[in-house]
Amino acid sequence: MTTTTTPTVPAVAARPRGRRRPLRSSRAVVGWLYATPTLVFLVLFFLVPVLLVVRMSLSDWPLFAGDRGLNAPDNYVAAVDLRLFWPAVAFTLTYTVVTTVILLAVSLGLALLVQESSRWKSLVRTAFLVPSALGLASASLLFYALYSPQSGPFGQALQGLGVVDEPVSFLGTPTSALWSTVFLIVWRFAGFYMLLLLVGLQAISGDVYEAARIDGAGWWQTFTRITVPLLRPSLALCTILCVTGSLLAFDQFYILTKGGPDNSTVTIVQLVYNVAFQGQNDLGVAAAVSMIVLGALVLLNVAQLKGLRGGDR
Amino acid sequence: MATTTRPARTPAAAGGSRDRGPSVGSLLARTPAVVLAGGLAVVFLFPLVWAAVASVSPQGGTAQSVGWGFANYVTLANYQAGIWQYLLNSVIVSGLTVVLTLTTSLLGGYAFAMFRFPGKDLLFLLTLAILMVPYATLLIPLYVLLNALGLSNSLVGLALVLTMFQLPFATFMMRISFESVPRELEESALVDGCGTFGALRRVLLPAVKPGLITVGLFAFLAAWNDFITPLILISDSGKVPLPLAVANMRQQVMGIVDYGATEAGVVVLALPCVVLFLLLQRHYVRGFMSGALKG
Repeated sequence: MTTTTTPTVPAVAARPRGRRRPLRSSRAVVGWLYATPTLVFLVLFFLVPVLLVVRMSLSDWPLFAGDRGLNAPDNYVAAVDLRLFWPAVAFTLTYTVVTTVILLAVSLGLALLVQESSRWKSLVRTAFLVPSALGLASASLLFYALYSPQSGPFGQALQGLGVVDEPVSFLGTPTSALWSTVFLIVWRFAGFYMLLLLVGLQAISGDVYEAARIDGAGWWQTFTRITVPLLRPSLALCTILCVTGSLLAFDQFYILTKGGPDNSTVTIVQLVYNVAFQGQNDLGVAAAVSMIVLGALVLLNVAQLKGLRGGDR
Repeated sequence: MATTTRPARTPAAAGGSRDRGPSVGSLLARTPAVVLAGGLAVVFLFPLVWAAVASVSPQGGTAQSVGWGFANYVTLANYQAGIWQYLLNSVIVSGLTVVLTLTTSLLGGYAFAMFRFPGKDLLFLLTLAILMVPYATLLIPLYVLLNALGLSNSLVGLALVLTMFQLPFATFMMRISFESVPRELEESALVDGCGTFGALRRVLLPAVKPGLITVGLFAFLAAWNDFITPLILISDSGKVPLPLAVANMRQQVMGIVDYGATEAGVVVLALPCVVLFLLLQRHYVRGFMSGALKG
């Protein structure tokens, strides 16, 4: 833009040899100075909390009383003994599998549908992408109203069409609450994953398809033999993002169901929140649950990275 | 991989089959796809349109019947501390987060791309490691830490935490931006007597502007939309940002949910995001389609 008038001096390379050393070391100091804000954030708000959560998970630490000394491994025992621990693990895993499978299938479908560019396709693409501009909390609040049995359009439409006689309870039973949430998540994220998959599809050369066509491959054969295998890196990226995100699900359930009905939709993060701030007020046990989640996710990430690397070539 | 025959005849065949003319056959074949895509587009847009319409319509779930108009927005505006307070909270947190993220990642990106110093790689790796540690598990210790620092219940504390979560993406992005700037640009500025800071401000800043815009946009969206961080870190109900206020409002009214006001809240929350997205989607989508493949 408004670059100030700095005519390039030709003698850049002709810097005196003798000054090189001190210049370089002073430049190291300057480099450190520029990196200092990053360092401060990193130490204060990342490394200290990581160490703190380890320490908290090993300590008796009530919400309002603070650190009352080490009590390892009590918190871990208490964490696994929590009434909702295993149900929350089971629910989070179920939700993760269901969401990942459906979201990837839908996103891939959308990506194939709008693959080549043309005017109508880019319009449709934008329509798919708009929901991903919303925050997850906003989207959840929106669907909370959409799912309202009385005034929500889905319920009204079902009643108007005579499909059901009574107001439908989209969030009222464990099963319907799960599926209603999955629907919201697919709506919110499908466009974004479609975009990631489009990037992958773009990288597949047209020649390969052409060759398959000449060989007489049908649509389905082309899809299973060429598109899916060549799209593997993109599909893997989407899977990682979706699995990690779903394992840490919170906003959508906190807003749509608050973990209900009957605690059937309590996710692990919701459990951490409940143990720390609702009722039990035990930060030590909450930290222990956090550590278990952290460990599981780090393992998962390492495994996925390994799988990605190994599978690549 | 799965293809068996080598496509020796491809070029000729490709030339022949790629007729662009809208033959009747291809139009017919395309119609179902167009209808399907159009239908799906309506499905994706419907919730947003419905929210906008419902927010100004008389339904809403409360007993008093109001006509078409902004009654739902009035209800929203009058909720507890008032929507202006919550909006202000959101603007302060988002603004601070954007400024802090931009400053930190600009200086950090400059250091990581253009300087050599001991510990550089470790520091950069640790910044990326923030991604490995799940967000939610850090919030419990951060709650304790901010209490200890006297930053509990404060918008500044909230912005500091949100900035930390932005750092992996922001630092990575700014490092790449600086690395794509020709080295000579900085060197010539230095030779002309600028200090490194002068070179950064006068010569490099314009060159990394696209990166800064991306980082700023992501930081804004993340801070504006964040829900769980203020839920845990802010206990004073007057200090919460807008998403939390709207969610709280929904729960407060004696078991009767005011869907109209909720809808109005959703519209206020979503509007800046959707507008920003539509304005910047060109950059955003192109950035993804061209650059994101590396990796």
